[in-house]
Amino acid sequence: MSLPLFPTGDPGPSFSELLKRVGTDVAVDGGGGGGEPPAGVTHGTTVVAIRYADGVVMAGDRRATEGYSIAHRAIEKVFPADRHSGVSIAGAAGPAMEMVRLFQTNLEHYEKVEGAALSLEGKANQLSQMVRQNLPAAMQGFVVVPIFAGYDLRRHVGRIYKYDVTGGRYEEADFHATGSGGRDARTTIKLGWKQDIDRATAIELAIDGLYEAADEDTATGGPDPIRGIYPTVATITADGFERVADDEVAESFQALIQRKTREGHPA
Amino acid sequence: MTMPFYVAPEQVMKDRADYARKGIARGRSLAGLVYNDGVLICAENQSRTLHKVSEIYDHIAFAGVGRYNEFDSLRTAGVRLADLRGYSYSREDVDARSLANAYAQTLGQVFTHEMKPMEVEILVAEMGSEGHPDQLFHILYDGTVVDEDNFTVLGGDADTIAERLKEGFTEGMELGTALRAAVKALAGPDRTLGANDLEVAHLARSNGRRAFKRIVDGELEQLLSG
Repeated sequence: MSLPLFPTGDPGPSFSELLKRVGTDVAVDGGGGGGEPPAGVTHGTTVVAIRYADGVVMAGDRRATEGYSIAHRAIEKVFPADRHSGVSIAGAAGPAMEMVRLFQTNLEHYEKVEGAALSLEGKANQLSQMVRQNLPAAMQGFVVVPIFAGYDLRRHVGRIYKYDVTGGRYEEADFHATGSGGRDARTTIKLGWKQDIDRATAIELAIDGLYEAADEDTATGGPDPIRGIYPTVATITADGFERVADDEVAESFQALIQRKTREGHPA
Repeated sequence: MTMPFYVAPEQVMKDRADYARKGIARGRSLAGLVYNDGVLICAENQSRTLHKVSEIYDHIAFAGVGRYNEFDSLRTAGVRLADLRGYSYSREDVDARSLANAYAQTLGQVFTHEMKPMEVEILVAEMGSEGHPDQLFHILYDGTVVDEDNFTVLGGDADTIAERLKEGFTEGMELGTALRAAVKALAGPDRTLGANDLEVAHLARSNGRRAFKRIVDGELEQLLSG
């Protein structure tokens, strides 16, 4: 491969533009519209994000489904977008993973070419454009709905953005959950959320939310102590994106199980 | 009808090389050297914002001397090539050798075919991992590639500085020792260089996936004072 030099029509710091120039653009071509996704497409489900005192907690269950069967038991749905932000995905897993990979490359590419990272708002808008580009595919059933969250280094707060299929970008003040179990997770988190909770409480709340979602929704996976599979949990603070260790998540689940056993669980 | 004067190809090449060398000699030099945790690049540069040293990829750094706009466009092209490769294949498939070759091709092409050669010398440094050694590729204005294992110096006064650095260099140095050796070599016997005159960055195995990090302000002063 020779150096991609562009005497005219320079793509600037955008990696997506660069892909178009060199002719390896991967955008899915939209054909006719029409509701249901084809059978055999892997879907990821419930992801949550909660703002707390030092930043944001993001979490996602580990199940992927294909129709009524389980396609994968330990899929990852929460990813670092760059040092100070993360993205989690619900929807058609294939296009979603590709979107995340392109998004990560886009942010890093911009940072390296320009010598400075985008603002959190800028990153959120960039993702918005990518979701919008997926609209033709979404019309065919390959819906991808991410949550973007990060630590705003200029304002010193954690911020959460949700998206709809058209690329609409909405900032959530305190928390959000999306995917098929999103509604149940949201309700649980809403009842437990307080201003300026600490890290441990925020993680506990995220795990509670995912547990209740798994309790109500077939496509959301619960904790799997036999295989040792627990939800992906990550925190994003001024120090950056950090994955919470599986042991800590497992412990938090143990506490939840003990509490539920002690207090009794509605059948 | 006018006939163009005949100029021997040797003369053409020599003129071009002289032109490029003169341009490069006008700027300040830089040194890249291997230390015990990776690769250190130390440049004499008074600007805080116009960088000579930058990140290309996870384990690859770039440094250039000479004309700023020329090596900066090469830097951008390098970032593009590396990101394209990493995106279409895998992050592991991006290596300094192929990048150095691409730079050499372009510089060689420009040197022989364009109106004027590029007045730049560049360094592509790769931090080794999993048993692979650290590598320094020094690429000249005409596309000549030299690969070095321990250290290399770029710029007008490169030979003299390299002589001095050879004396101060030992294998497996600590970061601070390596930095002081590089600064001493760059400064020479008659000058001293402080934190404000330097641009320093390193690729370190302890930095995680993106190994490139600039050393600035307090950290730099601390390392310089030893």
